[in-house]
Amino acid sequence: MSTATATHDGDHHDHGPAKGLMRWITTTNHKDIGTLYLLFALIMFFIGGAMALVIRAELFQPGMQVVDPQFFNSMTTVHALLMIFGAVMPAFTGLANWLIPMQIGAPDMALPRMNNFSFWILPFAFTLLLSTFFMSGGGPAGGWTLYPPLSLQMGDGFPFMIFAIHLAGISSIMGSINVIVTILNMRAPGMTLMKMPLFVWTWLITAYLLIATMPVLAGAVTMLLTDKFAGTSFFSAAGGGDPVMYQHIFWFFGHPEVYILILPAFGIISAIVPTFARKPLFGYSSMVYATASIAFLSFIVWAHHMFTVGMPVVGELFFMYATMMIAVPTGVKIFNWVSTMWKGSMTFETPMLFAIGFIMMFTIGGFSGLMLAIAPADFQYHDTYFVVAHFHYVLVTGAVYSIMAAAYFWLPKWTGNMYDEKLGRIHFWISTISVNVLFFPQHFLGLAGMPRRIPDYAVQFADWNMISSIGGFVFGLSQLMFVWIIFKTIRGGEKATDEVWEGAKGLEWTLSSPPPYHSFNVAPEVK
Amino acid sequence: MVMLSRKWLKLLLGALGFYAGAASADYSLLNMTQGVTETSRAVYDLHMIIFWVCVVIGIVVFGAMIYSIINHRKSKGFKAAQFHESTTMEIVWTVIPIVILVSMAIPATKVLLAMEDTSDADMTIKVTGIQWKWKYDYIDGEAEGVSFVSSLHPDHNEARLLGVDADLERFEDTYLLEVDNPLVVPTGQKIRFLLTAADVIHAWWVPELGWKKDAIPGFINEGWTYIEEPGVYRGQCAELCGKDHGFMPIVVVAKSPSDYKAWVAEQKGAAALADASAGREWTKDELMVKGEAVYKTNCAACHLPNGAGVPPAFPALAGSPIAIGDAAAHIDMVMNGKSGTAMAAYKGILNDVDMAAVITYERNAWGNSASVVQPAEIKAKR
Repeated sequence: MSTATATHDGDHHDHGPAKGLMRWITTTNHKDIGTLYLLFALIMFFIGGAMALVIRAELFQPGMQVVDPQFFNSMTTVHALLMIFGAVMPAFTGLANWLIPMQIGAPDMALPRMNNFSFWILPFAFTLLLSTFFMSGGGPAGGWTLYPPLSLQMGDGFPFMIFAIHLAGISSIMGSINVIVTILNMRAPGMTLMKMPLFVWTWLITAYLLIATMPVLAGAVTMLLTDKFAGTSFFSAAGGGDPVMYQHIFWFFGHPEVYILILPAFGIISAIVPTFARKPLFGYSSMVYATASIAFLSFIVWAHHMFTVGMPVVGELFFMYATMMIAVPTGVKIFNWVSTMWKGSMTFETPMLFAIGFIMMFTIGGFSGLMLAIAPADFQYHDTYFVVAHFHYVLVTGAVYSIMAAAYFWLPKWTGNMYDEKLGRIHFWISTISVNVLFFPQHFLGLAGMPRRIPDYAVQFADWNMISSIGGFVFGLSQLMFVWIIFKTIRGGEKATDEVWEGAKGLEWTLSSPPPYHSFNVAPEVK
Repeated sequence: MVMLSRKWLKLLLGALGFYAGAASADYSLLNMTQGVTETSRAVYDLHMIIFWVCVVIGIVVFGAMIYSIINHRKSKGFKAAQFHESTTMEIVWTVIPIVILVSMAIPATKVLLAMEDTSDADMTIKVTGIQWKWKYDYIDGEAEGVSFVSSLHPDHNEARLLGVDADLERFEDTYLLEVDNPLVVPTGQKIRFLLTAADVIHAWWVPELGWKKDAIPGFINEGWTYIEEPGVYRGQCAELCGKDHGFMPIVVVAKSPSDYKAWVAEQKGAAALADASAGREWTKDELMVKGEAVYKTNCAACHLPNGAGVPPAFPALAGSPIAIGDAAAHIDMVMNGKSGTAMAAYKGILNDVDMAAVITYERNAWGNSASVVQPAEIKAKR
């Protein structure tokens, strides 16, 4: 009798998850929702990646072999939409869900039911988006930026695509509100703002960026919707509107969005590098201030995406100078990471390899970004493969690499099992070599005069395109290794200690591996 | 681990060798063109300065990283230092980049101001982007009144259709970069371009002139060039503009002033001839032959060479109620287009003869059988 009571008491204090499918549908647990987000991001990463492979297959050699030009355009468009809104953003939200409560000493996120809702919107949003491929007129093919008047030429799928973007935006805003409320209200006693791990800091700033810009995007696409169906002329000169106005509104969202995709990555790298250098992060407070500066600058540089639209020269000068300024806080971050490594006692497990890969290749993307900031030179670079190379260096070897680094870094904590170190390293080296074969030649193509978003090209571009496509297929297929490694780690493996890594610092490493269902039922004391 | 790295290093070097092999085919394909104008050379110089700045910073940063990776490792017994702050260093690496950026901004500003100064032009050409071709109107100067449409060359247009097993090598370096009517300009004159569009946003780009600019429906952008040497300079549309965005090239032929004069005279003669022929009655056979050529350049991309179209976006013309019905509705569709679709208004693109010919062709090809439309009927409807 007494044993039964004891068991009951135990259940009451630390009840586990519900069983079966309903656990995942009804869950309000930050870890379950984090897992759902990450799984969803992985699925979208592969669908978007398959589309990239269709693009690279068509571009493998000159001439039209695989798809017609309209479908090719929808591949470039939907590849971007899926990777940005379906893969990278949900992956970061998944990491936020898993890590923020554990890093600030909280039991869960502040708004668990909203957390559930903001995830479960996403599968519907992206099913809606992908369903447009089966409608009359096909999927969106006007570029992910949806510039009118071209985007208005889309067929029956147009309103479905707009609705999908609205849903994804609502999900992001709810996720951001949750992050802000959690961080501001649920930190353990003693954890002042300037003691928070950088991942928490970068996510706090990212969440504000999201809340500030997502409604702007929603407004822009709603105006597209009324232009198409309600007879308004926001973006049509014939009715007194202006197509360039759309671009201003879009990029007022779009540029902060770029930092939404990279600031959490900065937080991840700032956690991994000190761990494997066994040395505290260099310049913690300057990292925080640099992140805040980048976030501020991101709101006043948007028109550098539009140097060729015919702005007044004063406008071009302003946006050129402001854009060049971003190199300063970004440089501070790179220098701080290098100084953290300097005179450390480094080991090179897979998360560290991905982090170092991130720093080097993100810097290459930063360099081409600096080149693109020079407005007169941008008149040549703009809308060429040089730009494609630039943003893939910052997004694939930047954002995606940071997500992979994070997965390897925290997977042992989440599952309680070590991943297969040998396979992880092989995954890193194959990815890193192939991703450079894939994207580095695209710099040459752009400089030599190949515009982006074309399905066929002059024969002098053939060599580099073929090399790039080979790199693309190797990179794409090698990501199956990543799935296998994750699967294997979840199933079992060498047991991880609570600390997992010798140099790991922070509250999440004080929990057991795997951590309890509710992270901290008793708030830890931070000194 | 050391063994493993060596193996990968070898592979990496192999890949680099592959790069070098492919690159040696044509070194110019690695870098931006210097172009043929003062502007394009100034842009190239800016590009090279900022490139070398990046290379130097890269050597310093990556050098420090690699040194640290090699020496400061646990496996070599290196003990971690515990420093984590240095205000001096933070100031140093904030100030140095600012100095570099300011010194970069000065030449960039100079070039930008020069590029945006379209005053004192010797002649003006209006460029209109249309899905998926360019229209050129000579606004003033010797060639005032000359106007034509420039589309992808028919041979290239046939070669680029899906699944065609075309021999692309025969086009050498011009595949998809050849047009039926190139833009002809004189050397030694400051030429101002007024850029606009009829349907969606396009961008006019010839790399050797050193810039691109968007052509936006309802708005007029400006740009200018001053070409010193006669030559043929190729480019293409740079802003995604729909299905055939990749198939709207630009060819600029720069001629010496005397050759240019001769070209202008030829154009004006041809225009006069076309005017005269628009007045006379054409036979059906004449219209069908001309119509087929016009159809291939202007219509076949969407409605396909056999008139089958790609419904529902691009309707079939073979058996279409408009093509075999009342001629007035057919003329209206071609002249004024259909708003909200990719069907452009051809009023400003085709002259009377070409329009009459292509409509007649559409009404009588692929088993269609309907009335013949004469150039005079088109003239009356303008």
